[in-house]
Amino acid sequence: MIAFSDVSYSYGGDNLLSNVSLELPQGSFHFLTGPSGAGKTTFLRLCYADLIAASGRVDVFGQDVRGLSRDAIAHLRRRVGVVHQDCQFLDHLPLRENVALPITVAGGNPEEEARDLDELLEWVGLSGHRDALPPQLSGGERQRAALARAVVMAPDMVIADEPTGNLDWEMSLRLLRLLTELNRMGKTVLIATHDLNLIRAAKQQTQARVLRIRDRQVQPAGADL
Amino acid sequence: MAGLPRGIAARDRVVPPTGFTVRLTVFAAAAMAFLAVFALALSMASDRLAERWSQALARSATVRISAPEGQVEAQTEAVLKVLAETPGVASFRRLSREDQAALLAPWLGPDLPLDALPLPELVELTEADPGYDSEGLRLRLAAEAPGAVLDDHARWRRPLVEAAARLQWLGLISVLLIGATLAAMVTLAAQAALAANGQVIRTLRLVGATDAFIARAFVRRFTVRAAWGALMGTGAGLLAVALMPRSSVEGGFLTGLGFTGAGWMVPLAVPALAAVAAFLATRLAAFRMLRRLT
Ligand SMILES: Nc1ncnc2c1ncn2[C@@H]1O[C@H](COP(=O)(O)OP(=O)(O)OP(=O)(O)O)[C@@H](O)[C@H]1O
Ligand SMILES: [Mg+2]
Repeated sequence: MIAFSDVSYSYGGDNLLSNVSLELPQGSFHFLTGPSGAGKTTFLRLCYADLIAASGRVDVFGQDVRGLSRDAIAHLRRRVGVVHQDCQFLDHLPLRENVALPITVAGGNPEEEARDLDELLEWVGLSGHRDALPPQLSGGERQRAALARAVVMAPDMVIADEPTGNLDWEMSLRLLRLLTELNRMGKTVLIATHDLNLIRAAKQQTQARVLRIRDRQVQPAGADL
Repeated sequence: MAGLPRGIAARDRVVPPTGFTVRLTVFAAAAMAFLAVFALALSMASDRLAERWSQALARSATVRISAPEGQVEAQTEAVLKVLAETPGVASFRRLSREDQAALLAPWLGPDLPLDALPLPELVELTEADPGYDSEGLRLRLAAEAPGAVLDDHARWRRPLVEAAARLQWLGLISVLLIGATLAAMVTLAAQAALAANGQVIRTLRLVGATDAFIARAFVRRFTVRAAWGALMGTGAGLLAVALMPRSSVEGGFLTGLGFTGAGWMVPLAVPALAAVAAFLATRLAAFRMLRRLT
C-alpha cells in the first residue's frame, strides 16, 4: 500500500529523515510517535504526495509518486482520507459543505449522498453545527469535522495527524472506534499521535503496530508500547 | 444561484466571493465594450464613407466649353484633341443634344426647345489609373481652348477616401486593442483573486481537486462577470450611437456615425468576444499559477 525505499527528506537544512525504508501493508493499522519536531507530519505528507522526497522512492498504491502527474496526484488523494494537524477547512463554507468537499471536487453531487452525510455528522456529534462556519467551531469540533471529511469518500486509506489533540477522552475513544471499524473493513490506517493512552486503548481493540521516529529513522517501537 | 443545479452551485462556491476583483472585471468589461461599440461604429461609418466617395471618384469629370457663337465647334474639336493626347484619361465622349436634354429634364421638363438655349458643349471623361495631371490638363486646355473649363470636383476627395479607408482600419485595430486590454485586465484581476485565495487552493488540492476543477471555479466566475459587464457596456454604447443625430445619406461624416441595417447586429458580438477573452485570460492565468503549487 505504502512503501518507502531509502527515503531522505530535508526542508533545506539537515536531513529530517534519512534513508527510511519501510512498508505499510494494505489493511494495516499503524501509529506514528516521536517527539515534537521529529518529523511526524513530514512523514505523513510524504505518504499523500504533499511532499516529494528528494532522494529515495515512495510508492503509494503501487505507484511511484515521483512520476505522477498533477492530476494523478489529485486522484491519489481521493483514495486517501487525511485529517490534517491544522484541519484545513474552507472558512467561507458551512461545515456540512466542508465535510462534503471531497465529493464536490471529485465531481459528485453532495446532495445525492445527503443521508450518508447527515449520518456522518450525527456520528461525530456535529449535527447541531452543520451550518456553522469552521472559525465558529471549537478545536475539538474542527478535528471531528476533519475526520468526517477524511472518511466521507470511503477512502482506501485514512491518515490522521494528531486527531485527538483537542478531544476529551470519551470523544477520543469514539474516534478510535471509527478508525478501528474502518480498519476492519480493510482500510489502511496511519495515525500520528503523542497520546500513549490512545495507543494502549487501540492495542486492545485491534492489531495496531507502533512506529517511532528517532535519529531520523522510522522504526518499530519496542514492546513497551 | 437559485437556478443552477445544486452540484454546479456547490462547485462554484468552493471559491469564496471575490467581491472587489469581480466588480472590477464587470466595470472594465462594460467600459471596454462601450468603447468597442464606438470603434466599430467608426470603422463601419468610415467604410461606408470610403465606398460612397470612391464611387464619386469613379464618376467622370466634365469639360465645359462656353465660347462665342462660331468658335464653339473649333474649341470643342481642340478639347477632344487635347484629351486624346492626355495620358491618364481612359475615355471621353462628347455629349449629344439628347444627352443634354436628358440631363436637364429633371429640372426643366422634357419638352425643352434646346436649340433655343445657348447651352455649353459638354465632354465627359473618365479617369484612368493612374489618373491625369489635373493642373497640366487645365493649362493645356486654357491654351488650346480658352472657353473650356475642366470640372473635376470629385478629385479633391481622393485623399479623403484614403483617410476614410485608413480610419476603418484604425477602428478595427482599436477593437482588437480594446479586446487585448480587457484580456489583460481580466488576467490581472484573476491573478489577484488567485493570489488572495492561496489557502483555499491548497485545501482544495489536499482533498483531491484537480487543477482543472480549481481553474474552472475561477474561470466561470470571471467569464460570467465579463460577459455580463460587456452586455451592459454594449447596450449603453448602442443606445449612445442610436441617439446620435441622424441625417440623410449625403450628411457629413459625424452624423453618419452609426450602424445601418444588419450592421446593428455586429456589436452584439462584443459581449461574446469579451466572454471568450475573459475565459482564455482567466484559464491561462489560473493554470500558470496552479502549476507553481504542490
Ligand atoms: N515547510 C517547512 N519548512 C521548513 N521547515 C519545516 C517545514 N515544515 C516543518 N519544518 C520543520 O521540520 C521539522 C519537523 O516538522 P514536523 O511538522 O514534521 O514535526 P512533527 O513531528 O509533526 O511535530 P509535532 O509533533 O509538533 O507536530 C520541524 O523542526 C519543523 O520546524
Ligand atoms: Mg506534526
